[in-house]
Amino acid sequence: MDIKRRQFLKIAGLSTIAGLGAPAAFNLLLKGESSPVSFASSGAGAEVSHDAAPTGVRLGMVVDQRVFDANQGLAQKCITACHLVHNVPNFGNPKDEIKWIFGVPYEKAFPTMSHYHRDEHLHNSRFLVFCNHCDNPPCVRACPTKATFKRKDGIVAMDYHRCIGCRFCMAACPYGMRSFNWRDPRPFIDKATYNKEFPTRMRGVVEKCNFCVERLVKGLQPACVEACGSSGAMVFGDLNDSHSEISKVLKENFTIQRKASLGTLPSVFYIV
Amino acid sequence: MLEKALTGSNRYWGWIAVLLAFMAAGALSYVQQYNYGLGLTGMSRDVSWGVYIAQFTFLVGVAASGVMVVLPYYLHNYKTFGKITILGEFLAVAAVSMCLLFILADLGQPLRALNVLLHPTPNSILFWDMIVLNVYLFLNIFVGWVVLNAEKKEVAPPKWIKPFIYISIPWAVSIHTVTAFLYAGLPGRHFWLTAILAPRFLASAFAGGPALLILLCLIIKRVTKFDAGQEAIQKLVTIVTYAALINVFFVLLEFFTAYYSNIPGHMHTLDYLFFGLHGQGQLVPWMRVSTIFGIIAIVMFLVPATRKREDTLAIACVLLFISLWIDKGIGLVIGGFVPSPLEEITAYHPSFQEIMITLGVWATGFFILTVLYKIALSVKEEKMIS
Repeated sequence: MDIKRRQFLKIAGLSTIAGLGAPAAFNLLLKGESSPVSFASSGAGAEVSHDAAPTGVRLGMVVDQRVFDANQGLAQKCITACHLVHNVPNFGNPKDEIKWIFGVPYEKAFPTMSHYHRDEHLHNSRFLVFCNHCDNPPCVRACPTKATFKRKDGIVAMDYHRCIGCRFCMAACPYGMRSFNWRDPRPFIDKATYNKEFPTRMRGVVEKCNFCVERLVKGLQPACVEACGSSGAMVFGDLNDSHSEISKVLKENFTIQRKASLGTLPSVFYIV
Repeated sequence: MLEKALTGSNRYWGWIAVLLAFMAAGALSYVQQYNYGLGLTGMSRDVSWGVYIAQFTFLVGVAASGVMVVLPYYLHNYKTFGKITILGEFLAVAAVSMCLLFILADLGQPLRALNVLLHPTPNSILFWDMIVLNVYLFLNIFVGWVVLNAEKKEVAPPKWIKPFIYISIPWAVSIHTVTAFLYAGLPGRHFWLTAILAPRFLASAFAGGPALLILLCLIIKRVTKFDAGQEAIQKLVTIVTYAALINVFFVLLEFFTAYYSNIPGHMHTLDYLFFGLHGQGQLVPWMRVSTIFGIIAIVMFLVPATRKREDTLAIACVLLFISLWIDKGIGLVIGGFVPSPLEEITAYHPSFQEIMITLGVWATGFFILTVLYKIALSVKEEKMIS
């Protein structure tokens, strides 16, 4: 028995040494100059750094709260437009609720910001919140089936047919932007406004804002942006294109992101 | 050896019947849930995991705790545990089976469960959890069965089984570590986002699991001719006491970091769980019971008079088990969702069907445990007679 024990200890010792060496090797791998090691499964390359992907298309949104504050009712128009075009059911109760875009007060949208002596207008403002389409999305990291994935254009998309309904992505999203179909949603979609162009979902899968991928391929703007008309309340475009309108808006205004300190690199910016 | 589970006293069959009744009731409720969707439970957009995932988390700990008898026996040649090693391994089998059932019960699309294998995704901790749990289940069934078979034939266990036993030891640690990683790597969930979550899970597991094992040994002593022996039980008590104390220490560390740093996100969930947050404290009574039971149990384990008497020892084990079950099986998972990322406080009340399904899965676990223990103890009793 003693010999066996010694052999075991030898092996254990060797594995420990190997274990101690591993981080160094791993570090070397990570620091490799031009090798963006991707932890995200999509292959779209969420880099292990706190900088956003500098190249390629990265779609994003700017929400100009000044315009929403000046136009009461505009936010509701955006919400309605989105929920109608995506056949989002209306259950009429908070327990089953599914929402892709909705309004919340400043302190709920930005709980990590200071709330002491804030501007007066912030007391009544309701900020539109929706999926941030993070460049480093925790939900994509958590999903065990790649049912949620990051596209090359930066959109964090969902495959409703692959989702197993484990809701790990809901626990992982630090913004609370994901909804689950707790029951069959189809009876709760208004037949009068049903949109045949977009699939309804089955029960037991997660869903969220998709930046209107189905409209973008047709050359249309996202439904919420379209609902804003020419007001400029929401600007959508490629964050990596320095000539895009959104880049211009971002250059000219001070913007904030939701919980930026978490390193998720949200693609949605707010002008307060 | 399976045939040994098919003969037994009336009491044995009565117990089996009770378990089957609960399993049937759970299955009926599950049919309802399957047809309606998970909306039949008390879960909601804000509290998106409930008792199922909480039970799963707790039971991974029970499963991992099997190592607390396997390690001393096989690595340190602590012969006193030789008699109960099989009990620890079969307890692990029953516990992992329950874990897998709770995961299935929690899936919105259970028929797609195999997507986890069809589309393997190594960046998801759930993928790794699936692997470690299934391998651990296999290791424990395999090792337990082979060793028991050898015991039946009154020969030494085959040598080739040793590597499987040695692997099962770190593997037990891995299942609870990976399960902690499900929670401890999520940005924005401050209550879970703590490096001490995995060690805390292990400490509470190594207290709760062996406490259950002591209870099982005491019950077995009454219903069969098998006696684990005073020494084995007292050694388990030592393990339970140390693990329980370490667990308390880890919990206090969480309190220190949260309240001394004074960072709101770190304090909110603890506030909600133990004192109430913005006047809402649905879980406060539960957590206080957990705290009081835990303290009483530890005192009873420390005092020789209460530790050595079987009746008081049983009470201490029950109290500790309930305390840790509340802590992990309710507070940890459900509390982690409060406040929500949008700073909402949402209460969660499991529905009737949800409770029935939960009881059904527990009954299934005890069914597996009863059958496996029946086989193991029949083999041991035969040997004692001959």
